[in-house]
Amino acid sequence: MRNLIYLLTALSVMGLAFWAYHENYQTKAATSELARLQSQIASLREGLAVLNAEWAYLNRPDRLAELAMLNFARLELFPMTGAQFGEVMQVAFPAPEPAPAAALNPVDAIGHAEGRP
Amino acid sequence: MIRTPLRPLARILSARERGENPDVIERENIRQRREAARDAARGRAEWRLALLGIAFVAGFATVGARMAMLAATEPVEPQIASAGDAILAARADIVDRNGRVLATNLLTHSLYAQPPMMVDPARVATELVKIFPDLHADRLQADFTGPRKFLWIKKKISPEQMQAVHDIGDPGLLFGPREMRLYPNGQLAAHVLGGASFGREDVGSAELVGVAGVEKAFDGWLRDPANEGQPLRLSLDLTVQSAVEEVLASGIRLMQAKAGTAVLLNVHTGEIAALASLPDFDPNARPAPLTTGEPGDSPLFNRAVQGVYELGSTFKVFAAAQALELGLVTPQTMIATRGPLVWGKFRINDFHDYGPQLSVTDVIVESSNIGAARIAQMIGAEQQRDFLTRLGFAAATGVELAEAHGARPLLPPNWSELSTMTIAYGHGLSASPLHLAAAYATLANGGSRVTPTLLAGAQKPLGAQIVSPAVAATIMSMLRQVVTRGTASFGEVPGYEVGGKTGTADKPKPTGGYYDDKVIATFAAVFPAQTPEYVLVLTLDEPVENAGSETRRTAGWTAVPVGAEVIRRAAPLLGLRPSYQPVAATAAALNLARN
Repeated sequence: MRNLIYLLTALSVMGLAFWAYHENYQTKAATSELARLQSQIASLREGLAVLNAEWAYLNRPDRLAELAMLNFARLELFPMTGAQFGEVMQVAFPAPEPAPAAALNPVDAIGHAEGRP
Repeated sequence: MIRTPLRPLARILSARERGENPDVIERENIRQRREAARDAARGRAEWRLALLGIAFVAGFATVGARMAMLAATEPVEPQIASAGDAILAARADIVDRNGRVLATNLLTHSLYAQPPMMVDPARVATELVKIFPDLHADRLQADFTGPRKFLWIKKKISPEQMQAVHDIGDPGLLFGPREMRLYPNGQLAAHVLGGASFGREDVGSAELVGVAGVEKAFDGWLRDPANEGQPLRLSLDLTVQSAVEEVLASGIRLMQAKAGTAVLLNVHTGEIAALASLPDFDPNARPAPLTTGEPGDSPLFNRAVQGVYELGSTFKVFAAAQALELGLVTPQTMIATRGPLVWGKFRINDFHDYGPQLSVTDVIVESSNIGAARIAQMIGAEQQRDFLTRLGFAAATGVELAEAHGARPLLPPNWSELSTMTIAYGHGLSASPLHLAAAYATLANGGSRVTPTLLAGAQKPLGAQIVSPAVAATIMSMLRQVVTRGTASFGEVPGYEVGGKTGTADKPKPTGGYYDDKVIATFAAVFPAQTPEYVLVLTLDEPVENAGSETRRTAGWTAVPVGAEVIRRAAPLLGLRPSYQPVAATAAALNLARN
């Protein structure tokens, strides 16, 4: 009985040692993965900052004004004035869609589709 | 263990034979037994003490060893902690009220050299000059071959230049990462933003330090990592600022002015929607301050905030407002305007002769110096000074710019009755256009004090009541009449009910006295006059208008048309609806508007 207990204890120590070894390496792998992801995030952030700066640079008001001027023939853009404020009243109701005549009489529609009078 | 008996028979018997007392033997044995017991107890106690001592030594040794270990190890960034924005210890961005970027950072590189590691200094020097033409080959070569172990070559280089330096391929040329401050809009809002430069520098990084404008005023906030990269949101509107600068620039060109400023202020919150001062500069390459001549002529000089000028007739409104508030006059009270008004050796004249008398409203509408001086005489020096102090003319504006703290209005050292009279029409007291804008905003805000600010959404406490809402409304109606039938008739913008006051002040000579042909023309406008939303103060320095037969310099012909154009462009951008009804409720009207 005593030998069995010794044997089981020894086996459990070996098992725990293996588990600890395994956990240790898994933790190290996770940490290095985290470091890699963090450096990736940092470089993506850097890229994002550059893109934001570039976006702001490309959308600077004097460049947009110049582009509007260059493309005046197509866009006909003017600086905004008070006259551009409209009333809701001024927006026309959408024209009623022309009622498809065929829909009124399904038989006719089928007749048309089949080329009969 | 063999116990020694207390009365060993053999010794007792022999002692009895010798006639001695056998009790002595017993006592002696008892003593010996006690001594033995005491020795044993002491041994045990000593051993316990030793054990306790060892335990303490071990404990302290562990703590000490841990401390030594912590002290000796290199600090490492915690890797497990989540990567928040805090990782970016960079200077925060500056954005306008709609979140459009005004200032941001860009990662570039700096170039430095370590001459001891250099293989071929002569070739490196000539190759570097090919890439950077502003360097001098002989100077570089002297540095590379001299005793120096380290030198900076360029603070900021572009990726193309970096590749070219890589191609030289010398191990003595090295790069360090650098965060660079970038203002993507170029010269736009240059005076507000100011600029930034490098502070303490190292190979690994350099600190960015604000040198002027909001960059300097908020330097600590922008650098604080606790904000986690949150941008600084200004009250400026990029589109409005751009429109204002564009109109002001063409106005300066058209009126052949030396310079100009424009301040657009929300009357309810004090938020500055646009602040322009021309000529300006590019904050990406901030020029060096002038070493000769007038510092006020430098493009770095923010005329709207730093420049204190006599702002002329725009001040008449304050005299009228105070007289109304004190109950000295009503808008219909007649004021004698027969000129000239002689005070000691001074003569106060009007631009035209306005006849024997004008009502208070007409003194403002026609801009009569004599009328304003007479109103000021009723008020008196002490009360006038107190009123202007409460309007903010005695201290710096407190706007969040590094330059603003030094810009205090120039008050007369001795506030005499003559000063009172001249200040009533804007001479003898110099203030910045921003001071004037804040004072007009106070009148437009129902008489409640407005403090200008550059921060969007800043909660400011309700300002003190300077004049009653009724007086403020009367003043607004007077300002409206100045535009409809007075000196600012060019200020009319259809749909926006502009009210305003012109001011044409002769420029003082540095040697004393005033120039005859140099003026500062100011237009202080409020729109819409019925329900004021914004105040615009526009000044032109030395404008001349000679489109007609005669040369004109008055604000009504120079600053007012430019101001009206600013309002026409900026008001729709600020979301103000024109008050008139649309031309016709048809699709044709919309088409008309678009073309």
